[in-house]
Amino acid sequence: MSLDNLTSNWSKLRVQRPQPDQYKDAPYKWGMVIDLDACTGCNACTTACYAENNLPVVGKERFLAGQQMHWLRIERYWGEGTEPTQEFPEQGAQFLPMMCQQCEAAPCEIVCPVGATHHTPDGLNSQVYNRCVGSRYCSANCPYKVRYFNWYNYPESAWPSPLEQQLNPDVTVRSKGVMEKCTFCVQRLTEAKSKARTEKRTVRDGEVLTACAQACPTSAIHFGNLADPTSQVAEMWKAQQVELSAYPQEKDEQREKDEQVAKNNEEVVRGYRVLEELRTYPSVVYLERIRSTEV
Amino acid sequence: MTPHAHDDHEHEVATEARFVIKPKDINEEISWAQINEDVLSSLERPRPLYWVIFFGSLAAFCWGVYCEIYQYNTGLGVASLENPQVWGLYIATFIFWIGMSHSGTLLSAILLLMHADWRKPIYRFAEAMTTFSLMTAGLFVLVHLGRIWEFYYVVAYPSERWTWPNFSSPLVWDATAIGTYLTTSIIFLYFGMIPDLAICRDKAHGFRRLFYRVMSVGWKGTDWQWANFRVTYLTLACLLIPLAVSVHSIVATDFAVSQQPGWHTTSFPPYFVAGALYSGCAAIITLFIILRYTFRFEQYMTIPILEKLAKLTFAISMVWTYLNLIEYASVWYGTDSYAKDALIFRATGTYAGWWWAMNILASVVPFAMTFKAVRTHIPTMMVVSLLLNLGMWIERFMIVTPTFAHGYYPWTWTGNWWPNWVQIGIIIGSFGWFTMLFMLFCKIFPSVSMYEVKEMVYHRIRARKKTAPQPAPIVQPAQS
Repeated sequence: MSLDNLTSNWSKLRVQRPQPDQYKDAPYKWGMVIDLDACTGCNACTTACYAENNLPVVGKERFLAGQQMHWLRIERYWGEGTEPTQEFPEQGAQFLPMMCQQCEAAPCEIVCPVGATHHTPDGLNSQVYNRCVGSRYCSANCPYKVRYFNWYNYPESAWPSPLEQQLNPDVTVRSKGVMEKCTFCVQRLTEAKSKARTEKRTVRDGEVLTACAQACPTSAIHFGNLADPTSQVAEMWKAQQVELSAYPQEKDEQREKDEQVAKNNEEVVRGYRVLEELRTYPSVVYLERIRSTEV
Repeated sequence: MTPHAHDDHEHEVATEARFVIKPKDINEEISWAQINEDVLSSLERPRPLYWVIFFGSLAAFCWGVYCEIYQYNTGLGVASLENPQVWGLYIATFIFWIGMSHSGTLLSAILLLMHADWRKPIYRFAEAMTTFSLMTAGLFVLVHLGRIWEFYYVVAYPSERWTWPNFSSPLVWDATAIGTYLTTSIIFLYFGMIPDLAICRDKAHGFRRLFYRVMSVGWKGTDWQWANFRVTYLTLACLLIPLAVSVHSIVATDFAVSQQPGWHTTSFPPYFVAGALYSGCAAIITLFIILRYTFRFEQYMTIPILEKLAKLTFAISMVWTYLNLIEYASVWYGTDSYAKDALIFRATGTYAGWWWAMNILASVVPFAMTFKAVRTHIPTMMVVSLLLNLGMWIERFMIVTPTFAHGYYPWTWTGNWWPNWVQIGIIIGSFGWFTMLFMLFCKIFPSVSMYEVKEMVYHRIRARKKTAPQPAPIVQPAQS
């Protein structure tokens, strides 16, 4: 039977993503917008992520050895004109919260030998811990390197008693030897969807937020349903002229026009997706930071 | 000389004998009984060096097992693996061992089809090398997995949950290809050994006689058996060649199919196959020299054969060098700035010393083999072959590591990653495991093919008789 399934559905194994209007009739396609101009690098999102998703705290030594487990990391960059000085070595840092981009054409999905990572109907890139054998091929092929491997059996050491009492019961604790990554707080999404289903409706905009979006004090992180054209995120994507299935993002001409208009209009198209040229079609849009020199 | 008809094969041998043989590949005066005796004595008392190598490799293997147990119990983190250096030496050495396996097939199958009869005294151990290096490579897949105990998820087996491996993943192709290649090469190795096992059976006593009797599956050497044996052996050889090529091409797709800079190159499959043949040939030279000494095979593993091996290795090294330079050139003149950046990082970054060492060892050192004095001097060839293999190991390290250290995303660039003692211990253990199995094989099974050496001697003698100068016809003086 399973062989029949395989032979009759073989073409589904090589579905090309993203297709135009893939989510036209779908109820959900989760997406995100992160406004780098609003991000202050306070790390509240990272902390919230640790609390929500039972991320193990690995300790300083292992962190420095590159074995950290932060699904959401705040990256710091220094550009021209914002170089740190001797006196203030961290002055002028610009922040970029980086998590799994939930790519539509995810490089990790095609290479997983056991299909432990695959695409869900609502556009998430899911990770099935039970199926993962730990070949780490997904991480090797991830351009963003946002997949984190359980190098040790962290549950044994990360939450000494009574800290295990504060674990989120909705999220599994991962064992040694499996890969994990940001899930867009899939446990919250599932709960919201199931609640909406009992009330015979779809999830309303703002009804469900990821932990990072909820915790962000400056509301830099926006989360919502792209399949719903009236949602905040969908409107932001539209305003930034980012289309999920479009490559390349034809923004440059528009941007030049906008920048001329921007002298009297504040709204500039500044949305981009990280490493767009690899055609991974990420579900996260970043809004470029406007530097003080430009304003 | 009157033209007379003889069959093609004899003619071919005769032609070869007339033009090729300068120093003889093998002493043609050697009797068949002597061949049996010499080879069978390799199963009895080898030189003491044998035991040094055997117990040395056993110790290395035990150390590797200790490291693996430690890693298994504690987690892969103890092997200094990290994000983004998720693969480390394990995958690099995996490619190395897969590569080693190729030259056995080259010698035993490709040269068989090409009627190169100098392969006959040395193909048996080369084929054994193929089998054992494939087994070693298989171990690395397991060592590398995060959840070793669920490795069978990668294999396509019928499951009641209807779950299949992901057939678009090169790792699944890998598992399938390596499994097929390993099975076929074990059958090929064993099958080619059956007539020799029968000789062992006839000479052995006690439990060894029982063992060889079971292994030789009733071989009597009848015409009917020989005819079937020939056909089957040739068929297996034809089956093995495409498998060998496909296996390393598939290992190359592990990298070429991925999107990372430095890996995403269409020339990788031929590049990997050439590199595989190259390192395999170098390894055959090393083992040739070791076996020649430990088992007193000077009569069979002769200097002219070593010279031919060296020439073959040199030719393959030039093919590899060409493909390597092509890869650099296509990246350098290509439009992929990330790949170019990764190439520059290799040549100038943290691993620059290794990168240059690889290029010098694998592309410059082989030129030493253009000198006959080098090719025929055994200690020098030992050093050269080890250097070539070191170069090829570094090549695999250079494929895997710098791409992780300098990928697409600048935030994850790590300038200073080096493997720690657990990884190195497991690598050493793998060499121990391979050498131990190989040495055991040579002690238990005849590592020189007796029946093929007899054939070789027979054909050469016949060829010489054919080409021997005929007595000049007596011209009768014309008398009236």
